[in-house]
Amino acid sequence: MYVAVKGGERAIDAAHDWLARERRGAPELAEIGNDQIAGQLKLATDRVMAEGSLYDRDLAALAIRQARGDLIEAIFLIRAYRTTLPRFGHSVPVETAAMACIRRISATFKDAPGGQILGPTFDYTHRLIDFALLAEGAVPPPRDPETMPHVTGFLGRDGLIEAADPDDTEPGDLTRTPLSLPADRALRLQALARADEGFILSLAYSTQRGYGRTHAFVGELRIGLVTVEMEIPELGLSIALGEVELTECETVNQFLGSKTEPAQFTRGYGLVLGQSERKAIAMSLVDRALRWKELGEDFTGAPAQDEEFVLSHCDNIQATGFLEHIKLPHYVDFQSELELIRRIRAEALKQGTADTTEPEDRA
Amino acid sequence: MTDQAYNFAYLDEDTKRMIRRAILKGVAIPGYQVPFASREMPMPYGWGTGGVQVTAACLTPEDTLKVIDQGADDTTNAVSIRRFFQRTADVAVTEHTRDATLIQTRHRIPEEPLTEDQIMVFQVPIPEPLRFLEPRETETRKMHELSDYGLMHVKLYEDIAKNGHIATAYDYPVMVEEHYVMSPSPIPRFDNPKLDRSPALMLFGAGREQRIYALPPYTKVRSLDFEDHPFEASKADHACDLCGAEDSYLDEVIVDDAGGRMFVCSDTDHCAGRRAAGHVGRLGAGTEDVK
Amino acid sequence: MTAPAFTDTPREAARAFRAALDAMARPGRIVEIAGPSGTGLSPAAAALVLTLADRGTGIWLAPALDTPGLRGWITFHTGAGFTAPEGATFALGPWEEIEPILPRLPAGQPDYPDRSATPIIECQSLSKTGARLTGPGIRDSARLSLPDSPAFAANAAAFPCGLDFFFTCGAHLAALPRTTHVEVC
Repeated sequence: MYVAVKGGERAIDAAHDWLARERRGAPELAEIGNDQIAGQLKLATDRVMAEGSLYDRDLAALAIRQARGDLIEAIFLIRAYRTTLPRFGHSVPVETAAMACIRRISATFKDAPGGQILGPTFDYTHRLIDFALLAEGAVPPPRDPETMPHVTGFLGRDGLIEAADPDDTEPGDLTRTPLSLPADRALRLQALARADEGFILSLAYSTQRGYGRTHAFVGELRIGLVTVEMEIPELGLSIALGEVELTECETVNQFLGSKTEPAQFTRGYGLVLGQSERKAIAMSLVDRALRWKELGEDFTGAPAQDEEFVLSHCDNIQATGFLEHIKLPHYVDFQSELELIRRIRAEALKQGTADTTEPEDRA
Repeated sequence: MTDQAYNFAYLDEDTKRMIRRAILKGVAIPGYQVPFASREMPMPYGWGTGGVQVTAACLTPEDTLKVIDQGADDTTNAVSIRRFFQRTADVAVTEHTRDATLIQTRHRIPEEPLTEDQIMVFQVPIPEPLRFLEPRETETRKMHELSDYGLMHVKLYEDIAKNGHIATAYDYPVMVEEHYVMSPSPIPRFDNPKLDRSPALMLFGAGREQRIYALPPYTKVRSLDFEDHPFEASKADHACDLCGAEDSYLDEVIVDDAGGRMFVCSDTDHCAGRRAAGHVGRLGAGTEDVK
Repeated sequence: MTAPAFTDTPREAARAFRAALDAMARPGRIVEIAGPSGTGLSPAAAALVLTLADRGTGIWLAPALDTPGLRGWITFHTGAGFTAPEGATFALGPWEEIEPILPRLPAGQPDYPDRSATPIIECQSLSKTGARLTGPGIRDSARLSLPDSPAFAANAAAFPCGLDFFFTCGAHLAALPRTTHVEVC
């Protein structure tokens, strides 16, 4: 006797219960706390803030816990929450030149005012598993952050790098207006700032290997706190709302000139919420590659130069949703294909054009 | 009970205004894909976020909602979306097509003819019918602007030359009012004729792709074809093994280790209604659904 | 003192939108729509404004309606800005004042025909008499008391570009999208 498959509601409830158990892990072990995640898995928390487009470290930590450490799932939780929040206004542009830096390096000058500050970097660690972490060790005392000028500013004084003039055009808002192409640079940067780190990393890497090469040097990479201010028209002044941690990268790119521009260095820009220098560097390389049209360069067909390709595929929440949706039932479309293939095969067999024989369908 | 933590039908009022304006323009330009600022929803892109946003923008407290996926009310994603609206809009729900005022669907149109008092909301993965022939939005937009659908006709004709058939079994493109070529969403082509001059308003939402489009009632919708190869709304050449229906779309089910098959209506409400009325298929006697 | 708006916005706006959707999907059908009185607009037009206008939409107000009271009400409840016809998402007023500015309203572009304005015409009366309507949304034909004007034929001829009209009278609403073919009888 055939019994129709029913019980979707029960199955969903059971799956949710199972998930809750798995999330908690072995009950005899202490549950991990949000403060521990935010404090000790800071870079994971920062990635969730950056790609979730919401600067809230506690919430990001909670999302990571709820997502069992799956960062894209955590980013998704943050995005879905973010979209329900009312918008009270917008801040004035943050001033990264006034950043209180904990890290600041330049690959273009051996030294510059403010100096090179390595800060909390993995760069010169030997990638050896540190078994000492298993036992609690003492930590060195923190160092005070400092402000220092932008390195690319020194190149600007000599006219060696393209001007980056202030522009008060109101930037578009991807979260409020559907993407329409071509997009301007502000909109592209907005998309890249919340884009998937892995996708941007690979695109940037592809430019280094020759798919849209941009000859990039890291002019400056800095990480630190900046003040966020908002103008209050009623009061006629701007007030400080607080501080956010940002990672900023400016690349300096060799440029021999084109039909429209003289030879000078050009810029690629990356700015990311929290501490994520891999993302910031990658973003600045992709930004520079996407600027081929305004600089009068050739489109070589490289993926990183292709604005529509990059912007349509860089969002990991869109990508993971569509990728994973193929596990939903597709009985109906599959059945329609099955029926079509059977029909085409049957006709081909009847005409004797196929030399294989199809076993008869068992009914 | 409505979940008080969220607004009626989940979306904030500003978002609903934006979606509502897009829906009205979609209705005014049948078959044209209106861009809209799709929001992240608490379910993944690709799982019906476009349909959910359209439904959320249309629902009133007086509505009776039906949600189907693959024709069935009890498939997991249909259950999940139905629960979402029960929780956020406290809306009445039904599994009966005739009792519903708003039906959100993925991949099917119910067998029972729809009425003027109903709205169908389709979940759409790829709203652009030309996407797999030309991946660039900048190009396809131009083609729609110029009603230049040569690429589509060439593709369909190549199918016929190669296979003797148009090799598109679902998401079969349609021409709306002889102007825009439109994706009907991945419904089997069996369902395409139900789009033509339907008394019900049909709304289509693609969340990830940020598009909304519509077919007002009684809109002329023609499945693309050729004079010597007319469109055919085909289905498996069987009757439903439970209710005996010969004119409904069928799911194929593998029932034993030897690969034995049976065919059952994909529209579960239609099948249950027929069985309740005494219709019995080949294997229908003595069967009953278990909840 | 600003005139009232909806008291339960999410539910009242939902009902108002369904009425507007019903009207736009079935040109010629006259539907009831509940909205506030005392705003300087008919309840129907007031409901449309509350349901569809926001900070992102520009409104052109016909001189006959343009009072500080109505401006204040629209700004307070929707945040919508006021604009010349060229920048309008919605144009509000009686037909005599809307008709002359119709050519100045955005009608969309051939590649983005949705970027067009929606005039909301305040009428003295609204009935199923007069012009004969055919097209999408209409099974056979419908009739609607439209003003006698060549503007509707010109609008339909511009398809896919064009304007989509609402007609309001008291608590009643009808619509005329660009797809409707209008024959004056």
